[in-house]
Amino acid sequence: MPFKIGIVGVGYAGFDTMTPGLSTRELMFEAASRAYADAGIDPRKDVQSFICCTEDFWEGISITDEYMPDQLGAVLRPLCTVSSDGLVGVATACMHIASGLADVAVVESHSKASDVVNPNEIMSFGFDPVYNRHLDVDPRFLAGLEMTRYLKDSGTKREYCADVAVKNKKNALSNTRGVYGTNLSRETVLASPNAAAPLTELESSKVIDGSIVMVLASAEKAKKLGDHTVWVRGIGWSSDTPVIEDRDLATAAYAEQAAARAYKMADVRAPVSAFDLAEVDDTYSYKELQHLEALKLAAKGKAGRMVDSGSFDRNGKLPVNASGGSLGVGHLLEATGLHRLLEAILQLRGQAGQLQIPGARKAVVQSWRGIPTATGAVAVLGN
Amino acid sequence: MSQKITSYPGHEITPEDLKASKYLEIIQKVEPKYSWAAGVAISRFLNELKEGRLIGRKCDQCERILVPPRMYCERCYRPTDSWVYVKDTGTVNTYSISHVGTDARRLKSPLLVAVVEIDEASPGMGILHTLSEVEPSRVTIGMKVQAVWKPAEERQGAITDIRYFKPFEGV
Ligand SMILES: [Zn+2]
Repeated sequence: MPFKIGIVGVGYAGFDTMTPGLSTRELMFEAASRAYADAGIDPRKDVQSFICCTEDFWEGISITDEYMPDQLGAVLRPLCTVSSDGLVGVATACMHIASGLADVAVVESHSKASDVVNPNEIMSFGFDPVYNRHLDVDPRFLAGLEMTRYLKDSGTKREYCADVAVKNKKNALSNTRGVYGTNLSRETVLASPNAAAPLTELESSKVIDGSIVMVLASAEKAKKLGDHTVWVRGIGWSSDTPVIEDRDLATAAYAEQAAARAYKMADVRAPVSAFDLAEVDDTYSYKELQHLEALKLAAKGKAGRMVDSGSFDRNGKLPVNASGGSLGVGHLLEATGLHRLLEAILQLRGQAGQLQIPGARKAVVQSWRGIPTATGAVAVLGN
Repeated sequence: MSQKITSYPGHEITPEDLKASKYLEIIQKVEPKYSWAAGVAISRFLNELKEGRLIGRKCDQCERILVPPRMYCERCYRPTDSWVYVKDTGTVNTYSISHVGTDARRLKSPLLVAVVEIDEASPGMGILHTLSEVEPSRVTIGMKVQAVWKPAEERQGAITDIRYFKPFEGV
């Protein structure tokens, strides 16, 4: 039987550079309340599994999972934390439902980046203590290394990376959630200060605050909950070695594998023509190109040229990050994958407002967990 | 060392070995810094502490008064409804006589840690704090206590604006 799990409710709060009026927990309560209203469920009775995707160092509190129940309606209910990107939490929810443990499962992830004074310190602390931590520079040096190798191996023109930033920041202008939407020229992006050359600052997404909550349900239960279900038809996730020196820095092998699994589950044979839209990770400009190739939405080394020719524009052959992505909307730390998913769901529901892609029925979303990880997830969606 | 294995090959690394750089030692200080947004409920609670008062939030559905306040009721899963001042007296729910400090040293005089259920808040709603002005052997569950506040000019909007709780002397 084909794999089919419903996303029956979505809710979000924040999407701003700062949310000083609300605590993390109050922000989560807002997002969760909206998701439960959207799904038409009572979290105190109808949910058999709550899943949070958080990382202690971003929260500033250890064993942070213990602080999650109240604001989600999960007190004395089954709850666990997945210390990874939100899309991996969705995969966990799918497993809980597919196994019969739960009819309805909730996934939450958030960023309260404005609470973190020195995020670079936390990112750098993720590097190998024996071999890598002696490098006393901005952790984005890893992005610079990947980008250099990607450009070389793929033969991509350096300018095409800048085009990704131009496209996504322009798309974000029409997105009510977009914080970094703007009209820029390729030249301006290239001329912006170097972060870790070749990567420039305008090719590097900036963090924002936000909480996103998804309500998932079994196919049977989903039929009883509202009329705007979006179906997860396939989902995969994968992690490459933590040894940076051993990775193929030119490609996103984690995304390639995650996609292969998700495509197999969803019986996607020709990815390039299978979707009406894609929301893929664009934490850094070149990442979108790497990921498009890993997802087989562009042939190896061809993604850049396709961005340049407009194939991935909002009115192009395959709109990619029509929402504005992380470069245009802002980066949500561990909630970034749920953000990609949220934007795709709104499209498939026909609720994307000014961003709406007419007749959108099938989508692929992909996440990456950021520096210094090589972990990513892919989900195939249909309405 | 297990019972079966009585000696391991080699020798233990001594502080002198480390000083002589005979072994690799990596010392890294990580200093993550946070500036948490306290949010609506905690901000109000802290501001009231500065004024020498305790405040809670009432949920009209379950009629509980939550202290410290929260903007949502975790049982009913709905926003709470109103602010309610409560007394600074209460009852010891449970206590522990802690003899060991955070640095694992024995304390000269033990710290009396207690959960104090606050009067006028709903049963089970309380503040985790310390007891003083009482012999450890005289502390009991159910004991009535009252807050001892720092002088107004020293209060800074922190839970430590209450110095400790002491046996209640009023009626
Ligand atoms: Zn209540």
